[in-house]
This record gives sequence, structure tokens and C-alpha cells, in this order.
Amino acid sequence: MNGLFESGFMLIVGLTIAGLVIFGLMAAIAIIAVYIERKVSAFMQDRIGPMGQGAGLHAGKWGLLQTVADSLKLLLKEDIIPKAADRKLFILAPYIIFIAAFIAIAALPFNQVLIAVNLNIGVFYILAVSSLGIIGLILAGWASDNKWSLYGGMRSAAQIISYEIPAALSIVSVIMLTGTLSMQGIIQSQAGTILGFIPNWTIFNNPFSFIAFFVFFIAGVAETNRTPFDIPEAESELVAGFHTEYSGMRWAFFFLSEYANMFVVCGVTVTAFLGGWLSPISGVMDSPTWGLFWFMSKIGVLIFIMMWFRWTFPRLRVDQLMNVSWKYLLPIALFNIFGVGLWILLVG
Amino acid sequence: MADVIFWVIAGITVLSAFIVVLNKNLIHSAVALLFTFFGVAGLYAFLWADFMAGAQVMIYIGGILVLIMFGIMLTNKIQSVNISHSSMQKNAGAVVVVAILGLLIWMIQKTPWKITTAEEPIQTTGQIGNLLMSEYLLPFEVASILLLAALIGAAMLSRKTK
Repeated sequence: MNGLFESGFMLIVGLTIAGLVIFGLMAAIAIIAVYIERKVSAFMQDRIGPMGQGAGLHAGKWGLLQTVADSLKLLLKEDIIPKAADRKLFILAPYIIFIAAFIAIAALPFNQVLIAVNLNIGVFYILAVSSLGIIGLILAGWASDNKWSLYGGMRSAAQIISYEIPAALSIVSVIMLTGTLSMQGIIQSQAGTILGFIPNWTIFNNPFSFIAFFVFFIAGVAETNRTPFDIPEAESELVAGFHTEYSGMRWAFFFLSEYANMFVVCGVTVTAFLGGWLSPISGVMDSPTWGLFWFMSKIGVLIFIMMWFRWTFPRLRVDQLMNVSWKYLLPIALFNIFGVGLWILLVG
Repeated sequence: MADVIFWVIAGITVLSAFIVVLNKNLIHSAVALLFTFFGVAGLYAFLWADFMAGAQVMIYIGGILVLIMFGIMLTNKIQSVNISHSSMQKNAGAVVVVAILGLLIWMIQKTPWKITTAEEPIQTTGQIGNLLMSEYLLPFEVASILLLAALIGAAMLSRKTK
């Protein structure tokens, strides 16, 4: 351990740079994803979406600068803290949620070399730290001293706890196949092909891991509190759920974390099931630069699917939501673990 | 450098543990407990027990602390932020605390600690898994029966009687 921290100054410099890069990445993800989300939703509803032709400033061609302008507006907005709120916790809550998303990105492998920390327990670490965000949601709901916020916070915590279980169990079936918890290790074990042309990704490895992919992705969408699983912030029932009382910069932190969480969930899905930075055609275009390209495009496709969900499916009811997790996803995930074990035993 | 980080982590752990005990607001105590658990996870990471650190965060923060907060919010009037808990018999408590602290310090000083010169393990997950499935299989299974019993008990209690 001493050897690791010998050059303390260099360590601090390195960590600061890594931190700033991740922060920049999070901001970029949020700005780009919000723009795409608005355009995607618009096209799906036969509208044109932001075009940057409103009153006042011109926000770029096709409204490309719309979300940049929106972010600037958020930075300049008045910061309102309700009088009856629990001031300390009200301030602390957005940071906890933000930090949970932030430290999860640190373990995502963007290509062969680009990973902030290559941990031995990579997947486990991401699953563990993302549970930290729940505390922030509960606190935000509680500290606002608003019944809608509190109900939103409670709902979202109940939801995330329920869906964490099928998500973690699906990851277990992947770990059984790859034999490692390290993110890079999981990707490397998916190299090569099946029958000479199908990439040897976990999703194609056997029927059970194919099902596990869908279980994990559905649970992942639910964990990010997005439609059709967005009852924690159901506008028609709870105003805006746990962040009803937040405004300006603090609200922006919630938003930033939501999109960062989407990115993390998709990143883990890609790593665990879709071969991470591996090229879809084995051995072709597999340099680190292409690796980054493949990783980001796979994530992009999954994020698009998440947006597609949001603008096509109606919201689930609370009891339906719990049914999906406990009565369907959980038994399927358990069955998958059994199935993958059997597959390893029989097929090898 | 390593020393500095150790003392920062240890300081956070102890300080937040104090807040857990002394704070009057139950929710604030629960939040302070978050930092205590995190500090303990940091100490595990310092001992090269990376899997233990992850398990600490996942089970204690993601599971137990969330349940504690749920419990607080479900058992009290949902509107009042001020849920307080107070201490009684502070003087007698202080005597006991000092006595136990003295005993612990004395014991830590007296114990011949086993210091190993072995290399830091590169990864611990595999060894933990192998040990759990071989040498410690019985305690492992007994623990799961305990958890199952708790689960069934909770389901029974929450079930509405006809």
C-alpha cells in the first residue's frame, strides 16, 4: 500500500484530473442526452422539437444549443430552500445522489486502456455504490417537508431496492460464465466467436444468458426511475416526486445524476452482455480508438431504446410495478442462475 | 500519504459514529451512520479486503441503512421532520464508556498481534468463495436459514389476519 501512495502529490494530481474528466463526461452526457431525448420524443409525437427559433437568443441550427442554453439558465436561477425544510439534509441529498453516479462511472471500461480504476471487484463495486443513491433519494424526499416529495422518495427507494435484486442476480449468471468480477476481465472473456461468425458475447452464449440480458435491462430501466417505471416522479400524482421542492443548480444535480445513471446502467449492460468495447466482427477494427467507438455506440443504442420506452409505454401502477419485480423478474433471474449452471456443467 | 488517508478515514468513522449516538434528530443520526459505514468500508479497502469493502457498502448502506430510514418514516407521523431521541443517565453511561475504552486500550496494548510478511493478495474474491463453499459451508448455510426464517416471520407479521 505504501508503494501505491509514495508519490502523494502525483496521486492527488492524477485523481483530480480523473475526477474532472469524469465530471466533464457527466455534464456532456446530460447535455447531449437531454437534446436527443427532446428530439426523439418530438419525432415520436410528430413534432419537430427544439429548433432554436424562439423569442430572444438564437439557439443554434436545429436547436443544437438549446440544452446548453437551458443549463446556463439553471446555473443562474435562484436557489430556493423551503423554510420548513430540514436545511442540512436538503443541501446534502443532491450531492449523495450525484456522488453515487459519479463514482460508478470511475469503474466503467471505455476501451482496452481507458478506465479510471480497474478494480478486481468492478461489477460488484458498481452494484454496491449505486445503492448509495437510494439514500439520497429518501433524504431529498424527507428533507423537503412536502408530502409529495416524501411519497416520491419512499416509492423510489422501494422500487430501486426491489429491482436491485433481479439485476444483481442476472449479473451473477454472467459472472458464472466469465469467472471474474473485473470489468475488463468480463469483456476479455467475451472475445472470439461462436460457430465462426456470431460474436461470443454473453447474450449469445446460451439461452439463459439471453434471458438474463432482458431481465437486467428491464431492472436497469426501473432502477433509473424512468418511464414506464417512473412512479416516484409521476407528474399526475406527485407533482415531481422527490425533487418537487428543488430548483436551479440543486435540481440540475438530480437531472445530471439521472442521465449519468442511465449511462452507467447501459455501460454495465454493454460490459456484461454485449461485449463491452469488443468489435461486433471478431478481430476487425479492434484498436483502442475503435474500442471507445464500439463501447459508446452500444451504449448509445441502449440509451435510445430507453428513450423509446419512455415515449411509447404508459406508466405502471405501484402494485403492477412490484408484481413485475417480485413475481416475474426475480423467479426468472433465479431460474437463469440454475440454467447457466446446468449449461456450464453439460456444454462447458 | 497512506497514513494521512488512513487517519482521515478513521477520523470520519469515529466522528460520524459520535454524531450517530449524540444527535437528537433520528434522521440525522441515520445519515451520520452512512458516513460511519462508508468509513468502515474504507478501512476494509485499506486492509486489501476489496470484496469485504464492497459487501460492506452493499449490505450495510444499500440494505440495512435504507431499511432503518424506511422504518423511521413508516412508524412516525409523516409530516413532522423533528423526530427526536434523547439520552438518559448520561453520567452512569459516561463511566461505563470510559471503563470499556480503558479495557479495550489495555487489551490492544497487551495482545501479541500476529504480523504477517506475506504479499498483499491480488484478489480475494476467489479465496472467499472457495472457503465459503468448503470449510465454512455449514455456518454459511445456517446463516441463510436464519435469514429465511426472518423473511418468513416478516411476511407472517405483515399479513393481514382474517
